[in-house]
Amino acid sequence: MKDWRYWLAEQRGTLLALGIFIVMFVIYTSNHPAGFTANVVQTAANKGVLLAFVAMAQTLVVITAGIDLSVGMIFLLTNCLASWLVVGTPMQTTLGVIAVLAVGLLCGAINGAIVIYGRLQPIVATIATGAVYYGIGLLLRPFPGGSVNEDLADAMTGRVFDVVPASLVVLLAIVLVIWVPFSRSVLGRAAYAAGSSETAAYMSGVPIRRGKFAAYTLAGLLAAIGGLFLTFFTYTGDAAYASGNAYTLFSIAAVVLGGVSLFGGKGSAIGAIFGALAFRTIGDLLFVFDFDPLWQPLFQGVILLVAVSLGAFALFRVRNRLEWFL
Amino acid sequence: MPKFIRRADPAVLTAFACIVLLLFLGSLYSRSFLSPEYLLQQLKVASFLGVVATGMMLVVLLGQIDLSVPWSVAAGAMMACAAAAYGPAGVVLAIPFGIFCGVLIGIVNGIGVAYLRIPSMIITLATNAVAQGLMVVYTGGFSPQDSATGAMRYLATGFAIPGVPNAVIIWALIGAAMVFVLTRTGFGRTVYGIGNRERAAYLSGIDTRRVVMIAFAVSGGLSAFGGVLLAGYASKAAQSMGDAYLLPSIAAVVLGGTSILGGRGSYLGTVAGVILITLLQSILSVMQMPEAGRQIIYGVVIVAMLLLYGRAPASR
Repeated sequence: MKDWRYWLAEQRGTLLALGIFIVMFVIYTSNHPAGFTANVVQTAANKGVLLAFVAMAQTLVVITAGIDLSVGMIFLLTNCLASWLVVGTPMQTTLGVIAVLAVGLLCGAINGAIVIYGRLQPIVATIATGAVYYGIGLLLRPFPGGSVNEDLADAMTGRVFDVVPASLVVLLAIVLVIWVPFSRSVLGRAAYAAGSSETAAYMSGVPIRRGKFAAYTLAGLLAAIGGLFLTFFTYTGDAAYASGNAYTLFSIAAVVLGGVSLFGGKGSAIGAIFGALAFRTIGDLLFVFDFDPLWQPLFQGVILLVAVSLGAFALFRVRNRLEWFL
Repeated sequence: MPKFIRRADPAVLTAFACIVLLLFLGSLYSRSFLSPEYLLQQLKVASFLGVVATGMMLVVLLGQIDLSVPWSVAAGAMMACAAAAYGPAGVVLAIPFGIFCGVLIGIVNGIGVAYLRIPSMIITLATNAVAQGLMVVYTGGFSPQDSATGAMRYLATGFAIPGVPNAVIIWALIGAAMVFVLTRTGFGRTVYGIGNRERAAYLSGIDTRRVVMIAFAVSGGLSAFGGVLLAGYASKAAQSMGDAYLLPSIAAVVLGGTSILGGRGSYLGTVAGVILITLLQSILSVMQMPEAGRQIIYGVVIVAMLLLYGRAPASR
């Protein structure tokens, strides 16, 4: 096989997600009353990047064959925190942003420490830490409120050169600064290897613990970037339990749509980003086609159900029934 | 030492020791904490969680998890109340119909996990979202009948035996049935077998997929039944009434010494876990701890107790 075929096989999930997104987005904009304008793209991008950041966070953990059910709550907690800290003079704002990101990093590190060094199951551990993060968020913002540095917020949610949505530029920058270095580093390879076969990776002397820990920690950071952006969009902090849950849920949907294997070891954050954008566009299609908004949760739920069921196609490739139980 | 103590699971003993500790702390705070009325009241509140946790335990014993609890509970409650709107026949069928809806959700979960081999935490999250969507459409589409029937209220708050709330009796019956199934039937043995190693169970000629499927259906049905009882207790159904049951039901099962990886655990432990969680909640509410503090303490206690005795074996 030639090199490009390997590349294609590796990127198949990502390219599929890109394809789904483009098709959905074309349907969306061509039926939108305003059409394909900078404004429509900006609004769509601003809604999409929130989920894209959380989906990237989820991807990092899913690659290690784990799952993080607390990403939505880290997202909420950092949103509440940012509504306190990201205000005032440029200096104060900068410190506030750093503090918010540091808290996200810390939340991720706590998850990682409990799962890897405490040897607890990721699912139970992150449900429990999620409750803690939600509780702290609620402590910070018992009622929706707070404020944010509006100059920064407007810059982040506006357009660069009046054409490109700034949020997309930030998303691209985060991919270049966090995802690309991570996936090419030893730690990133270790995370993939741990997800693919932990025993084999361990036997080969791959630093799986450090790799997994880095994945959980960076996941917290990415969720915090999402929370920061939520504050930029809404100008407030709000500890809404249902919203945190929804983001956790949708992040899994985005990851699945983005071709990341829930069994670990396969997929990329780029795919998850397109998965997130596609998932958001699918949800918005209802409005374009004049459906009752009431149907949106059901519609999204069914998409999620169908998306996770797609994984079952792998069963057709099973040669021996015993492979079911691996 | 009596034989039953020596044979007991250390996790279950730890859980019971924590219950005693909580009772002691509570009695320091308030004199009426140890009164029979208060304890029976706690047992009544615990029984709703107990019914839900029974189903969760069955699934956890298989090494799976059921995250569709929140909206299975809500769907059971809302559908039972909805059925009550359809005349006398509806009133009679309200409770079975509510449970039936939960079983349906459970069957979808079971098909996904057993036959499509989708990880249980993913498919159950998805069915939870679908159930939520259905309920939102239902309640928004036309105005729902939201009051519980007399039978539901009687089950949740009545007294068939003087002094013992009906809810407690129901929990005891369901618990006894679960103990019987787990310890005395082939199905129960199979559940433990699958939890230990599904491949081995399959190679022993067990139709493992059917067992997994049934377990999820039972879990869905019991969640919905918990919702029916809860609706009877509050005398109406509400949108997010199930949210408060997901973490506690998992926590109760795991704190009771059932391994989250499956194959190991006893119902006595789950009972201890349920009572432990209920007492913890009760003390926090007696202390007038706000919701935020409760969530934090909850999460911390669960992680701490899991670190004490719920750890997975070390890397090879």
